[in-house]
Amino acid sequence: MEFLIGFEGKDFVFLASDTSAARSIVMFKQDQDKMTPLGKNTMMAMCGEAGDVAQFSEYIQKNLQLYKIRNGYELSTKGMMNFTRKQLAEALRKNPYHVHTLMAGCDSTDGCSLYYLDYLSSSVKVPFAAHGYGAYFVLSLLDRWHKPDLTKDEAMILLKKCMAELKKRFIVTLPAMMVRIVDKNGIHTMPPLLEKDYVTMDTVQDGEPDRSIVRPLIL
Amino acid sequence: MSRRYDSRTTIFSPEGRLYQVEYAMEAIGHAGTCLGILANDGIVLAAEKRNVHKLLDDVFLSDKIYTLDDNIACSVAGITSDANVLVADLRRIAQRFKLSYQESIPVEQLVTNLCDIKQAYTQFGGLRPFGISVLYMGWDKHYGFQLYMSDPSGNYGGWKGTCIGNNSQAAISMLKQEYKEDETNLNDALKLAIKVLSKTLDTTKLTSERVEMATLTRQDDRTVITILNSATLTKLCNEYEEEKARLEAEKKAKEKATPSKAKK
Repeated sequence: MEFLIGFEGKDFVFLASDTSAARSIVMFKQDQDKMTPLGKNTMMAMCGEAGDVAQFSEYIQKNLQLYKIRNGYELSTKGMMNFTRKQLAEALRKNPYHVHTLMAGCDSTDGCSLYYLDYLSSSVKVPFAAHGYGAYFVLSLLDRWHKPDLTKDEAMILLKKCMAELKKRFIVTLPAMMVRIVDKNGIHTMPPLLEKDYVTMDTVQDGEPDRSIVRPLIL
Repeated sequence: MSRRYDSRTTIFSPEGRLYQVEYAMEAIGHAGTCLGILANDGIVLAAEKRNVHKLLDDVFLSDKIYTLDDNIACSVAGITSDANVLVADLRRIAQRFKLSYQESIPVEQLVTNLCDIKQAYTQFGGLRPFGISVLYMGWDKHYGFQLYMSDPSGNYGGWKGTCIGNNSQAAISMLKQEYKEDETNLNDALKLAIKVLSKTLDTTKLTSERVEMATLTRQDDRTVITILNSATLTKLCNEYEEEKARLEAEKKAKEKATPSKAKK
């Protein structure tokens, strides 16, 4: 029931993840951070089997840290992604990790990029992506509203649109979303997005996103 | 008793030396000369070819300069069969990096990796060290154009211009004198390489059959490694000879002029 979403904007990448730590039908807590920094300008969001996520994300993070210490510079986002993919692919036929990943990074040479990686280690560079059941509901919205030159404000509105749709159609509630923006200056943590921030959001309005949308949602 | 500290590489002599490693370096001193010069817009590697025999089939354009990856090439001085093994290692290291990261290996990492292998052969028992020094030229996004040299002990360093092999000390001091920091472009570097090589080799006249040269440049955001063909080499050699003749003529003219002055 976890949900990760990310999209590229103009000179930044936007990542958001739900905050639930749950097993079976029991919720443990609602302030779980599912994102791991991999470098100064690279961030990874991971969900899946809880133990696998903890183990694998730490393994990747520490190995990339080791690379930085050994060589005095970080890998590019592409390099980090391929390293992660390779590790996951090699584990797949031995002791597979059941994890889904989004990786966002901004390099000085290659610019900003977002990568999608699933538990079978297929990786794709994408303009926007989502993991979890939520993906079934929001991909069409992203198709409709995402544009490459999105500003940070517009990106936040787009996320709200997605969350409003999930609130409307998805049976599971996602009470809070952790939001981070990666740009050339680093990783910026935004205030968590709560239900009250988007319940009034209109997801079907045509044309440019209207920042002052307050029309009540008719269920 | 002097054999006591010679026969195994892993043993220090009482003065704290590793003879086998020193002998390996000695072996390189007899090998064909290789030199590398770093320019603002590229790098030059030049190597002396020793195996010049008219019956030798020259189907191979290059036998002393090896490309290791899209962005790195090297030239070796020392025991050729050892070199083949190390070049195979280098290429394998480069490809393994690519397999992990889908990117070309940064130059220094390749050098470090090979030096780890070289070092291991000076420490672990029953093995002789590689009798090989390597000059690497490469480009990566971290440090741009780079020239490295590694020796049999596993030491390495980055250089603006250096030389390995026969008569290398003379060549290095000449490079030190003639190299203009931050003002050398690829053309200057090529000319300098020919000049230094021709003075380092014991032949009177440098011919294109005796040298092998390669350049590494950047064109349209791609690294281009070019192994110079014999026509280009001949042109470079001839240019140098002409220049030398011109300078000599000038010198003679001056000498003629000065004694007359002295008489007055």
